[in-house]
Amino acid sequence: MNTKIRWIRKNLFKGYFNTALSLSLITFFLWFFYNFFNWLVIDSVLLGDADTCRQASGACLAFIVDKTRFIFFGFYPESETWRPITAIVIFFIIVFYSRLKTRWNRRLLFNWMYCGLVIWLLMRGGYFGLVKVETNNWGGLPLTLMLATVGMIFSYPIGILLAMGRQSKLPLIKYLCIIYIEMIRGVPLISLLFMSSVMMPLFLPEGFSPDKIMRAQGAIIMFISAYMAEVVRGGLQAIPKGQYEAADAMGLTYWQKMKLIILPQALKIVIPPTVNTAIGMFKDTSLVIIIALFDLMYTTKASMQDSNWLGFSVEAYLFVALIYFIFCNLISRMGRLFEKEFGA
Amino acid sequence: MKFWDDQKNREKVYQLLALLAVIGLGLFFYSNTKANLEKQNIATGFSFFDQVAGFEISESLIEYNSEDSYLQALVVGVLNTLKIAIIGNVLAVFLGIFIGVCRLSKNWPLAKLAQGYVEIIRNIPLLLQLFFWYAMFTEIFPGVRQALTPMPGVFLSNRGIMFPSLEYSPVYLYMGVAFFLTMIFGYFLRRYAKKIQDQTGKQIPYVLYILGPLVILPLLIWFIGGSPLTLHLPKLQGFNFTGGISVSPEFLSLLMGLVLYTSAFIAEIVRSGIQSVQKGQEEAAEALGLKSYLVLTLVILPQALRVIIPPLTSQLLNLTKNSSLAVAIAYPDFVNIANTTMNQTGQAIELISLIILVYLTFSLLTSLFMNWFNKKMALVER
Repeated sequence: MNTKIRWIRKNLFKGYFNTALSLSLITFFLWFFYNFFNWLVIDSVLLGDADTCRQASGACLAFIVDKTRFIFFGFYPESETWRPITAIVIFFIIVFYSRLKTRWNRRLLFNWMYCGLVIWLLMRGGYFGLVKVETNNWGGLPLTLMLATVGMIFSYPIGILLAMGRQSKLPLIKYLCIIYIEMIRGVPLISLLFMSSVMMPLFLPEGFSPDKIMRAQGAIIMFISAYMAEVVRGGLQAIPKGQYEAADAMGLTYWQKMKLIILPQALKIVIPPTVNTAIGMFKDTSLVIIIALFDLMYTTKASMQDSNWLGFSVEAYLFVALIYFIFCNLISRMGRLFEKEFGA
Repeated sequence: MKFWDDQKNREKVYQLLALLAVIGLGLFFYSNTKANLEKQNIATGFSFFDQVAGFEISESLIEYNSEDSYLQALVVGVLNTLKIAIIGNVLAVFLGIFIGVCRLSKNWPLAKLAQGYVEIIRNIPLLLQLFFWYAMFTEIFPGVRQALTPMPGVFLSNRGIMFPSLEYSPVYLYMGVAFFLTMIFGYFLRRYAKKIQDQTGKQIPYVLYILGPLVILPLLIWFIGGSPLTLHLPKLQGFNFTGGISVSPEFLSLLMGLVLYTSAFIAEIVRSGIQSVQKGQEEAAEALGLKSYLVLTLVILPQALRVIIPPLTSQLLNLTKNSSLAVAIAYPDFVNIANTTMNQTGQAIELISLIILVYLTFSLLTSLFMNWFNKKMALVER
């Protein structure tokens, strides 16, 4: 007890200035949470329609309740909602399964491929009596998760290759990699997304044009791999020169050296910045709203424009902010777990 | 020895293959693009620059109307991007340093508040925050007729913030000149004071000497000039305010979103920078009897800056690049105007190349400036 009091005295009430600051901050906290709690719980409307909401002074939770399905799954047919839900559950299971280092082997790779295939078939349909749902109607959380996960799965190895290329002693390959990385890092993601939606169809032969989601996915992969490359480069540079030389002295080829000696160490060091990049990418997927893909952000915006429910944007924004916050937190938790698993 | 056994030869072949692949891809894209453009009857080139743009731009730093050319419109966009980038970067750095220092405060509630701020802001997409602030400014704030007046002459409404503006008078120019000259004088006084301190250890409170003239001289000139003070107050006329200076809700929400978002990242950089300075440095400075703000400004920050500057540079670049999200809330930045132009003319390749070129230039300029600053701050070893 005594130590607690001493701790409080030291950290809250040391001197007049600190006491005043602490008291005013605590008062502010209490005032804020009192009002927020009132708004969110006491005065809020859980059941009812827009008119009941407008009469109440609190949050309009009824709006969120009414729109939850749309925000999460967008224009996916309402009768088929179980399919994206199952897809997300499968996704979570495989992510949860991959948490242990001991399971990181070739079989896991195949498991991921099976899951990806199952998710694709489930979402797309057209087989086994499932109604076919075009990718244009995919939306909400599954789309956001797909853009982020596929983006990460592809940009990580590409980033590693680019980083290796940048460190390469072959001048041509080195400069090609440098030009690519610096070009991409110098421009905003939006310009790449515009490029994918307007310029890509021009680049490709007529008749061969991947759909909008895939093109956006391509732009995200292009963008993130440049950042990933810089993260990995940090790791490669942190490995002592002796490791490279020892591997050479053992007579390992370049690829053996990288695969067996350098990368295992380098990638381990850069787990924290890699996780930060992954979080950044998860947040950046929200930009696809600008080229009119129906991701989580789009469905939220669209539900606010429902003429029955005008004027509850704060509730909707807070709701979707909470979803993003939870996922970003999950990613950073996973990162900390990997750090522990790999003993970084 | 066979050709393939020589590593030099192998390297040459690999590089040649890489080069051929890149060239091949380039040619593939080029021929497709050419065929596609011919089919769609789009002429390449920048001749559309001279055509009449035909769209209005809601805010501009230079004269612009819809009769002007596309080139003029694009210049307006570049200037608007520069405006948001410069103001945003300056504010974000100050706020970031402040929050970073708060996070390390010995006051527990303050440190926790700063930590909560950083955690929340960093884990929510910037675009969502922009939408949120934009909704705040356009939906929550009252209409022009019920505008809030926090201060006389200042109006807050869903059309943005209106300030009174000063009518220009040449006296202001003289005041500015006086202020500037005093600053120059102050700079030399500071050098002199430093020299004296180095030689004799005596401190000259040069800040105090300068502060007086800095305020009094311009004021004096103002009185002598007949104290001109004509304010243009914003007045409600019809559906909007006229007169005064107005800051649009688009600009405000973009600025607020960018500054709050980036400052959370800068705060973390500042915190790790300060923590990288060994504790002995702080203790030694305290043992010398330095006051706590002097410990911070003379001992901790100069050392922390070396760790802070490189990642800070990339945050400044991020803010500049993120300002392109303006397109989502209709602030007329460069990407927004280029996008409109693209939709009207169909010159996708030219305009996207232009976007890339402009942002690469911004990045390069910022990098150059920060590298110069970094060199200035770097450890000078014997």
